[in-house]
Amino acid sequence: MSEHFEPVIIGFTCNWCSYRAADLAGTARLKYAPNVRLVRLMCSGRLDPTFVMKALSDGADGVLITGCHPGECHYVEQNYKTLRRYLLLRRLLQGMGIAPERVKLVWASAAEGAKLANEINSFVEEVRALGPLGWPQKLAGNVKEVEVAA
Amino acid sequence: MSKPKFAMYWSGSCGGCEIAVINIHEKILDVDANFEVAFWPVAVDAKVKDVEALADGDILLTLWNGSIRNEENEHMAHLLRRKSKLLVAFGSCATEGCVPGLANLSPLSEIIDTAYTTLTTDNPNNIRPQHVTKVPEGEISIPVLKDRVYTLAQVVDVDYFMPGCPPESHQIAAVIDLVIQVLQGKAELPPKGAVIGAGSSTVCEDCPRKRNVKSIKAFHRIQEIAPLDPELCILEQGIPCNGPATRSGCNARCPRVGAQCIGCYGPAEGVVDYGARLLTAFASVIDANEPEEIERILDGIPDPAGQFYRFNLADSLFRAGAPAFKN
Ligand code: SF4
Ligand code: SF4
Ligand code: SF4
Repeated sequence: MSEHFEPVIIGFTCNWCSYRAADLAGTARLKYAPNVRLVRLMCSGRLDPTFVMKALSDGADGVLITGCHPGECHYVEQNYKTLRRYLLLRRLLQGMGIAPERVKLVWASAAEGAKLANEINSFVEEVRALGPLGWPQKLAGNVKEVEVAA
Repeated sequence: MSKPKFAMYWSGSCGGCEIAVINIHEKILDVDANFEVAFWPVAVDAKVKDVEALADGDILLTLWNGSIRNEENEHMAHLLRRKSKLLVAFGSCATEGCVPGLANLSPLSEIIDTAYTTLTTDNPNNIRPQHVTKVPEGEISIPVLKDRVYTLAQVVDVDYFMPGCPPESHQIAAVIDLVIQVLQGKAELPPKGAVIGAGSSTVCEDCPRKRNVKSIKAFHRIQEIAPLDPELCILEQGIPCNGPATRSGCNARCPRVGAQCIGCYGPAEGVVDYGARLLTAFASVIDANEPEEIERILDGIPDPAGQFYRFNLADSLFRAGAPAFKN
């Protein structure tokens, strides 16, 4: 495993809160790791687990999902659906031998730019510690050493 | 006039799909009346060299039953692809890997160990199958297993997909009827790549059970609930039912008789990943918003990978679990 491993992380963010929080972090010149590629959704409830699986199976090392705090969803309670999907998705990943820690759900309001920047930074380090997932290489038969979640 | 040729072959499978074809009863006579059976190891005595001797494209219709588990399967898939005008992935094993595809959750070495060393196996010398074995008469060989289980379409070009474990007999009969009508110029073939012998919506659409509240506080195994409400949706009774993600075509056979759908018709139209769709459906019927309570309810699904991918693992976005790559 390379010491210079830079994880590729896809972040699915809610338009109403965390995407603005990311924006706020940017305008406040808070530094956060450049590893996360943000994809804006209208609501974290739009997060189809297919997106996460597609990201991981196509080469991402981790997926960050961000939404409004419970009780503060712009569409009333879609983020609770996200929470349930997320908890079930983690169990499915575990069953597939993929560390569930590669997917993280973070609540961040539009005002929490600093919190989001911190969460991004710590998630990048967590995924860095897990090492590359490298699913496309696995499928192509190029990898023999793999992590298997306990 | 010589009749068009028909073939059926099996690879990594259970043989149930062959039985399902025989199960079309007198319709099988239509096959005989309209086709020359060129190759069908379970039913006629033709050899691989007979297939090799045919001109390319000489077989009109080949039904392929089974997953691609070893190199011989792969070789035969290429051969029959070349010799056939229409190659149909027939049944869940061929279309999506089915139960054999669950092998993709384990390393190959572990699969071999389980097969040759478990308590029920009488193997005192701990013998393992070898690709090539020397015997006094010379060398004999058996096919090498591939690194994991593949679907037919992951190995060769496939014209049509016919889901089901096995496909329902009335659906098989309808497909055979269709091909005969095409031969007689009375019908046209569906577009290449189409799913045939199935519907385009979900098992739920065909299910007569009542759906209303859609909120559950616990998942149970079916034997823990007795008696089952005969009219209410099985999922709403807390039993994981795969109907919401599964393609219609069986007329909701299982829920009609009081058993949950386990998903043998594979993903419904437009579903990219079967497990993802089902996961979404289950998450939306859970009646809890607190993480601890949600986790408690999810404990009722002890084997999510098996629940969500019993038939579809080899064709899922991941294709396999991580241990499959560790050999
Ligand atoms: S699809 Fe089902 S019935 Fe057909 S061969 Fe596979 S396991 Fe058997
Ligand atoms: S979930 Fe199962 S029981 Fe309920 S409507 Fe769908 S197929 Fe029928
Ligand atoms: S109800 Fe589900 S498991 Fe039963 S035959 Fe139909 S698709 Fe297969």
